[in-house]
Amino acid sequence: MQNRIYSGRFIVLSALLMVCGSVSAAENYTLTIKEHRFEPEELEVPAGRKIKLIVKNEDSTPEEFESRSLKREKIIPGKSQATIFVGPLDPGTYDFFGEFHEESAKGRILAK
Amino acid sequence: MLATAIIVFREVIEAALVISIVMAASRGVPARGWWIWGGVGGGLIAACVVAVFADTLAEAASGVGQDLFNAAVLFTAVAMLGWHNIWMQRHGRELAREMNQVGKAVVSGERPLYALAIVVGLAVLREGSEVVLFLYGIASADESSAGSMLTGGVIGISFGTAVGLAIYYGLLRIPTRHLFRATSWLILFLAAGLASQGAAYLVQADLLPPLGREVWNTSDWLSEDSLIGQILHTLVGYVSRPDGVQILFYLATIAIIASLMRLFGDEPARPVGH
Repeated sequence: MQNRIYSGRFIVLSALLMVCGSVSAAENYTLTIKEHRFEPEELEVPAGRKIKLIVKNEDSTPEEFESRSLKREKIIPGKSQATIFVGPLDPGTYDFFGEFHEESAKGRILAK
Repeated sequence: MLATAIIVFREVIEAALVISIVMAASRGVPARGWWIWGGVGGGLIAACVVAVFADTLAEAASGVGQDLFNAAVLFTAVAMLGWHNIWMQRHGRELAREMNQVGKAVVSGERPLYALAIVVGLAVLREGSEVVLFLYGIASADESSAGSMLTGGVIGISFGTAVGLAIYYGLLRIPTRHLFRATSWLILFLAAGLASQGAAYLVQADLLPPLGREVWNTSDWLSEDSLIGQILHTLVGYVSRPDGVQILFYLATIAIIASLMRLFGDEPARPVGH
């Protein structure tokens, strides 16, 4: 029982360390959602590195950031922001879109 | 309207499939309706609460609060499904025997239905909060199209429910003596699929390494956005471009639950005498 508690603590601790480690290691990039559009619509990032994508939703309505090629899916409520970790990516183009306003909210990430 | 219907449908179908499997798995248990619909009701209330606090949740834990929440919900459901299967393995044979004796079905009321109620509640909570958030968003956004959007929402919910009912009645066609075995396999794969989804959320939050970013890509062949892809995604955890860690969680879940079923199963079948 005692052992289990300690190993539980160890897991939590190492998880926290992993978060801290990656937060400092990953480069920040910001995407803004405004009037159901992404800004910028094209984001250039370095290939082969982990990226921290901060998506700010300035609309009052929620949006879902979705990308099939990046395998990411996340709801960003109105007037709030969320973090999505991406990569390390191979060089190439990765499309993303806002699932709730697919006709206007479109963009892509260029990994170079 | 069509776009709304499709988005809502995609959310509802997952919860509907989980409910239909749970309904089939608890067939013949007298009080199951209370537990399962209680789970659905609790899930709906919780979904509204989560939707109200969605912005707080999104910004929690340096922006990955939502992922941690989703992962926690998924892994709790995996634990409950596993618990149900292990329990059924232990007592299922007696139950099947007793259900065949008229009037003895009441005995099966002791089954751990709360585990299934929690599973149902969590499925409704996860998918429901997204639907609530989405419908609330469009309803408050532009009032001109709110009516047709809400119609779309209702259509989406109806179609999702219809697919769930179809699966449920399909499962009921299986004769009772095979039904337990069939639903326990379904629940095993369902749990594995949920565990792999949970792992994906932890990768997204950068708490787990992906261990290979795209081990294979079958999205041209069977997309997860198609109806079949969506159903297979929920039922057996089909992912068109899985991370290595997702495959690991999938296989580990099957291995762990199956070996616990083997370890704890069949005990009551042994003679009890000393």
